[in-house]
Amino acid sequence: MSEILNVSRRVFLKTGATIGGGLILGFSLPDHLAFGQASGHSGGSSMLNAFIRISADETITIVVNHSEMGQGVYTSLPMLVAEELECDWSKIVVEASPVDPAYNHTQWGIQGTGGSTSVSSEWERLRKVGASAREMLIAAAADMWKVDEASCRAENGKVVHSSGKSMTYGQLANKAANMPVPKEIQLKDPSKFKIIGKPVKRLDTPEKTNGKGVFGIDVKLPEMLTAVVARPPVFGGKVKSFKADKAKAVLGVKDVVQVPSGVAVVASGFWPAKIGRDALEIVWDDGPNATLSTKSMREQYANLSKTPGSVGRKVGNPQQALQKAAKVLSTQYEVPYLAHATMEPLNCVVDLRADSCEIWTGTQFETADRNAAAQAAGLKPEQVKIHRTLLGGGFGRRANPQSDFVVQAVHVAKAAKSPVKVIWTREDDMKGGWYRPMWYDQISGGLDADGNIVGWHHTIVGQSIIAGTPFERAMVSADGVDETSVEGAREIPYDIPNILVDLHTTKIGVPVQWWRSVGHSHTAFVVESFMDELAHAAGKDPYEFRRNLLAKQPRHSAVLELVAEKAGWGSSVAEGRGRGIALHKSFGSFVAYVTEVSVSSAGQVRVHRVVCAVDCGRVVNPNTIEAQMEGGIVFGLTAVLHGAITLKDGRVQQSNFNNYQMLAMDEMPKVEVHIVSSQEAPTGVGEPGVPPIAPAVGNAIFALTGKRIRRLPISSEELKKG
Amino acid sequence: MTEKIDPEDIPQLKLNVNRKEYTIAVQPDTPLLWVIRESLGLTGTKFGCGIAVCGACTVHVDGEAVRSCRTPVSDVQGKEITTIEGLSIGGDHPVQKAWIEDEVPQCGYCHSGQIMRAAALLAENPTPTDEDIDDAMSDSICRCGTYQRIRRAIHRASQITAVGGQKK
Repeated sequence: MSEILNVSRRVFLKTGATIGGGLILGFSLPDHLAFGQASGHSGGSSMLNAFIRISADETITIVVNHSEMGQGVYTSLPMLVAEELECDWSKIVVEASPVDPAYNHTQWGIQGTGGSTSVSSEWERLRKVGASAREMLIAAAADMWKVDEASCRAENGKVVHSSGKSMTYGQLANKAANMPVPKEIQLKDPSKFKIIGKPVKRLDTPEKTNGKGVFGIDVKLPEMLTAVVARPPVFGGKVKSFKADKAKAVLGVKDVVQVPSGVAVVASGFWPAKIGRDALEIVWDDGPNATLSTKSMREQYANLSKTPGSVGRKVGNPQQALQKAAKVLSTQYEVPYLAHATMEPLNCVVDLRADSCEIWTGTQFETADRNAAAQAAGLKPEQVKIHRTLLGGGFGRRANPQSDFVVQAVHVAKAAKSPVKVIWTREDDMKGGWYRPMWYDQISGGLDADGNIVGWHHTIVGQSIIAGTPFERAMVSADGVDETSVEGAREIPYDIPNILVDLHTTKIGVPVQWWRSVGHSHTAFVVESFMDELAHAAGKDPYEFRRNLLAKQPRHSAVLELVAEKAGWGSSVAEGRGRGIALHKSFGSFVAYVTEVSVSSAGQVRVHRVVCAVDCGRVVNPNTIEAQMEGGIVFGLTAVLHGAITLKDGRVQQSNFNNYQMLAMDEMPKVEVHIVSSQEAPTGVGEPGVPPIAPAVGNAIFALTGKRIRRLPISSEELKKG
Repeated sequence: MTEKIDPEDIPQLKLNVNRKEYTIAVQPDTPLLWVIRESLGLTGTKFGCGIAVCGACTVHVDGEAVRSCRTPVSDVQGKEITTIEGLSIGGDHPVQKAWIEDEVPQCGYCHSGQIMRAAALLAENPTPTDEDIDDAMSDSICRCGTYQRIRRAIHRASQITAVGGQKK
């Protein structure tokens, strides 16, 4: 994702900004160690830099620039700061940062949360932020005491002099904020870490157990109205005409306004707005997508998969190798569109005035949202202020390349001339598009007489999520290969001499977007299921088969060996159960699973146990890693067992959790997570848990039943057949 | 505590929420969820699906776990309604304590509902088995996938309650 940097800078870095009542005076890149150097104090607290505010009562406020959507950044990022700050962890409170270049993603050049990068991208900066503030506190104390800084040390929220005298950070903060920012920072040797690597309890748990946590949907402004929007039933549709009489007759409805995305009913609360919205009589112009159907798309994709696509990767001479192979397997895999289905439906609060626009929402894409909101409001970006709330799940949906839910709310506020909260119903959210693309894969593999893989040809068919976004120039090659379409397929880790990965990018009027683990969500299923097919065709154990081809990949090998050991690979499995194995690298991290499954006579799959081995570099918070692996497994398993968005006559056929089912408690496997100890820099954990679960389950089903899962979600009907 | 949500003449209903009496001007068919959230400002109870299948809106009505998104407010007049804000005074109900101890929530959005459902289960069955937990909790959706921890925390809450009972 580092390639995004340049293009996104051009696109997004148009504005300067001031925040926090002018406390932040400047901003430098992280390696200049200024961290949005701040000075001064207000209300008994002092801002030591853009990320740290210390109060006279010893409270340490860590300003967090990444969005908390469940992945634990409101704890793991403060841990990085606190490790170097040498403060008292119990005094830490977290505050969501405003939107400002000081808080830009260190690799993207815009503010945002995604790509499983929060910890990895802040690993250097936030430790330096903490260390810099610590040195300023020491310098302040040394200056007061008229002693050498070298005779002072920082310890648990105090600066202590060699004589034994000490002052607290709260006492020193005001002076420290005016000390020069150190030019050079020495970061702690990892062997001295006191917080990093420890299972620190999440700071946001209490507010998530007592109802006090504030999500976007919970925000209430004085005089605020609530709107529900009727959106076109077909993607790209437009309002031809509408009658609002019945909607306006609903008690509590204040106004009905047309906006670019549909017709909004604005009311005193959600319920009258929803009843009013349902009472609208709208004639739609369905536009060119009125005939879209999953069935015909499937046929189109299958045909395309038989033809050569744009080359994503070519090694050796795969065609020749496949022709000469002793045995060739050739088959197709397919996966459907998937909705993010965050538990908190999309929503956004907007207070639009003549010369300002304030927005409250849970978002992963602050800078883009601010700029898009400014454009929609007819204001300058610096006139738009976004207040970031907790996110009731993100999974990529709240990083929308068109800022759809934010822009729509600005349009409604503008038309209604009132502060407004736009709430999407679950149906609006489910039918609202921006799905994980539907994919169709043709894959062939050749084995020699000894069962070695000699050739590999993988053709991928599907939509690009990057085309048409600001990231296109950086992430789509000149011949049209979107790197997120082939990620996980292109860089297969196995030692195969001849490889071709090619891509057909389809143009379909269904909006698509990154969905937790992005391209890996489908490529891992195909690659790791097909590896299993090849292993069986070669008459080899699926674990040994992989292990032999990973001799040059020590980190892949380590997770594979660890998971096999912990799961008892090779030992007998309980009666009626099958065992499957898979591994995949994504977002810098290596995850391997062994699953144990059973299949009922009705074809119902039950996953009983998942053993996980993960190498995500140096462990920052083992609690978070374990939780993200559990969550990734559930997210992936939901897609394996239940998930499908389908279209007929241009309409999405699913609407709510009754027909787009989520994994439930009685389907939850027992999950055991084993973390590889590593000295490498930390890598992602939010997404890497998703990709390998689908093949690990499919491979276990094959081991048990001899039936190969090549299409998701798993069909019980197919499994039931003899 | 009467809060008029609209200047128009809307019927007044009496509600008992978290041991407090409210008189509210509201259309009788309005789901309890929106009265709790918008009229009373108790936003801990969440909107998830609107069709009573996800459990994010779960509250207690006379001690029973109820989906407030499909419960007309007129149906619960004269009954005792408890929301997450009223489950305990300091957020220290055994279920809440266990949730904190086991680090259950991720995004946290569904957990008011999960906690209310679990508290109702434990009130009825203080020592639930895994099967009892499956039965009671399988219609409460968590998209972040915290089920393993929910199960662990329910067992822990059961133990906390048992120990608490012994002390008394």
